[in-house]
Amino acid sequence: MNARIFFFVLVASLMSLGVFQSVQRHMALDIPWIPGETRTIWNIDAKVDFNANDGPVLATLTTPERQAGFTKISQNAASPGYGLSFLEDKESKRAEWTIREASGKQTLYYNIQMLEDNKSVDQKITEMPELFDKEYTASSSTAGRAIINDALKTSADAYSFTREVLKQLNADVPNQNVTLILTSKASKTDILIALLNAAEIPTKKIGALVLEDGRRRQHLTPLVEVFQESEGVITSRLFDASSVGAVDRDKLLLWDQSGVALLELTGASDSKVSFSMIEQEQPALSALLQKSENDHLFNFSIHSLPVEDQSLFKGILMIPLGVLIVVMMRVLVGLKTSGTFMPVLIAMAFIQTSLITGLVGFILLVAVGLFIRSYLSHLNLLLVSRISTVIIMVILLIALFGVLSYKLGLTEGLKITFFPMIILSWTIERMSVLWEEEGAKEVMAQGGGSLLVAVLAYFVMSNDVTRHLMFNFIGLQFVVMSLVLLLGSYTGYRLLELRRFKPLVDKE
Amino acid sequence: MFFSSPFKLRDKGIMGMNQRNSGYIGRYNPRKLYPLVDNKLKTKIIAKEANVTTPALLGVISMQAEVEGVETYIKGTPGFVIKPAKGSGGKGILVITKVENGRYYKPNGDEVALAEIKRHVTDILAGLFSLGGSADVAVVEGLIQFDNAFDGFSFEGVPDVRVIVFKGFPVMAMMRLSTAASDGKANLHQGAVGVGIDITSGKAINAVQFDKPVQFHPDTGKELGLLQVPKWERLIYLASSCYEMSGMGYLGTDMVLDRDLGPMLLELNARPGLAIQIANGQGILPRLKLIESLGDDHGMTVEQRIEFCKKHFSS
Repeated sequence: MNARIFFFVLVASLMSLGVFQSVQRHMALDIPWIPGETRTIWNIDAKVDFNANDGPVLATLTTPERQAGFTKISQNAASPGYGLSFLEDKESKRAEWTIREASGKQTLYYNIQMLEDNKSVDQKITEMPELFDKEYTASSSTAGRAIINDALKTSADAYSFTREVLKQLNADVPNQNVTLILTSKASKTDILIALLNAAEIPTKKIGALVLEDGRRRQHLTPLVEVFQESEGVITSRLFDASSVGAVDRDKLLLWDQSGVALLELTGASDSKVSFSMIEQEQPALSALLQKSENDHLFNFSIHSLPVEDQSLFKGILMIPLGVLIVVMMRVLVGLKTSGTFMPVLIAMAFIQTSLITGLVGFILLVAVGLFIRSYLSHLNLLLVSRISTVIIMVILLIALFGVLSYKLGLTEGLKITFFPMIILSWTIERMSVLWEEEGAKEVMAQGGGSLLVAVLAYFVMSNDVTRHLMFNFIGLQFVVMSLVLLLGSYTGYRLLELRRFKPLVDKE
Repeated sequence: MFFSSPFKLRDKGIMGMNQRNSGYIGRYNPRKLYPLVDNKLKTKIIAKEANVTTPALLGVISMQAEVEGVETYIKGTPGFVIKPAKGSGGKGILVITKVENGRYYKPNGDEVALAEIKRHVTDILAGLFSLGGSADVAVVEGLIQFDNAFDGFSFEGVPDVRVIVFKGFPVMAMMRLSTAASDGKANLHQGAVGVGIDITSGKAINAVQFDKPVQFHPDTGKELGLLQVPKWERLIYLASSCYEMSGMGYLGTDMVLDRDLGPMLLELNARPGLAIQIANGQGILPRLKLIESLGDDHGMTVEQRIEFCKKHFSS
């Protein structure tokens, strides 16, 4: 009895291991259960225009970093004649163009593809940005100090302080102090930063891009990132200087998080950066694969193999399903097949040839083969050479059918070459012997059984959903294995036995 | 209704293929003993040691070079059988019932040329009929002169008696009568008639062909209910003693009755089919369960085991 318990524990653990691995892969890597799912990718172009001053030019464009909601899939730049490098350091990521000699109007393009990815998170803030020197007049003015004092009274921390300042700045009827400050040339964002800086709250100016499909000549919206440290943990929040409400991060790409400048240019003037973007729907998997090229998440899966070997595995990983079908048809239904797993091989050939072509080709080959083989029985040959003759005959037949169908304009017929010839020959040999010994009826029963199982296996193995699942969730192999094990311990009746033993039951 | 309910089958104690494979063959037949049963030559040897009668061995052809010499074994015999030592399901058995002036005739009267016999032996040697296609040897046996008691019950062939011996207990028996449809062979799926035989008396209980009940032999018209196996005591004793001889727990023994030599063992089968249940009109499971409930240390002799079965399994 212990062996029995062990068996079921084994089956259950295989099954749960498989299910767990699959669910884990789905949750952690976001691989969809259904192949058709798509993910949104934003294809964004940044266009840098400037006038070069007849000399060396160095242009550095800050590029987006990993952030909540978006993952970078790829980036590239088009800029004839320029040397290009993508720089990456602790503070920021940048694209840098360099040229020894340039004059006149220049245009550089930078392209980035961002995947909408709600698994992605903001980068950890490790240190507070430093406060800068308080040289700005607005904040040091009496009006500025008054605003700060008012806000300090009605706030508890950096964020509430910012909100209080914003309330004053954006009031419908601004008070005297605010009006005084706003008259200066500086923008609201700069004023906000200056005020916060004066109140010793660290801030950073962020350039954000509002994403909308098909938009062109867009510019970055300035936002203010406010930092706060409590109990050793640094947090930050985004604020828009022209509104009191919270900033909606949806469809908002934080392009420039450097806190320095979007574009740094030497040797040129009149620079301008504008953005255009389109929204693309990509199959989720390929989007994820592109993403994974960056973070090596898939390293322990089939996906880490070269593409050529991957496609090989795509076929191999389907075989267990075909085998499962064979086991089910034999153990649960009781169908007779000629050769245990021959139907799986036939089904794999069907996948190459498409079903109808495959069926017609298979029946044609076996029928003609059987006909010729019946002549060979009279020749009194040794078995091995007889089967070898059948193999050569099958190859000739395949060539004949191929040429014939091609001449008739049926290019489909050429696919007949995908049939496994040795298997076909053995099938013909076995069926021929079966015919001689047990008659045509048994040949039809076994041949029909094999074909039925092969067609069923074909449907399961060629189905898009099953292909997607078996290839992307290796854990399902364990599930199939546990099912096969379970079927192996099934001792109940087969479907056809219910028919066979019916006279026994009906006797009374 | 096309299908019967599985619960009804269970109630009748009918054993299915899956249960036979895992519950009985897998559990009671040790894998290493299979060659003794699957190889008819080896079966003959152990049968001889155990004093179980088998048909006369005329010769063994084990090499292609010996095929030409097949005539030396079959010349002068009234008839013979050539079979592959490792054949399964009755495949590759050539029965010649009449030899006249060097011409050979099958039970149905068709002539078989010597060249065809040689080709048949060649096929056997190449492994065409053997399990798994491995190379094989051809066994030439003397033809069994079957008992007159079966006149009219069998058409062109030797009727044999299949007894299922479970752990040495003869649990169920049936007689297999060849028909025109089965080409002189005694395999039920080829069209032979199966007649359930009462373990106690050796009398017919029920008869089927192609799994359907029949009253009369389809070729001779003889009423099958009248069938009574002669020398039944000896036959069932031989069958039961095959357990000690082979070590197989779930065994199909194929016995034949020779006119002069009485019951003899034709071959053993480690995977006996399920048709015996249909021939008997009964499920085999209750009987197997009863034997299993005895346990392993009942200490019964062959005679005691037969008595036990006669007491419990009579119809």
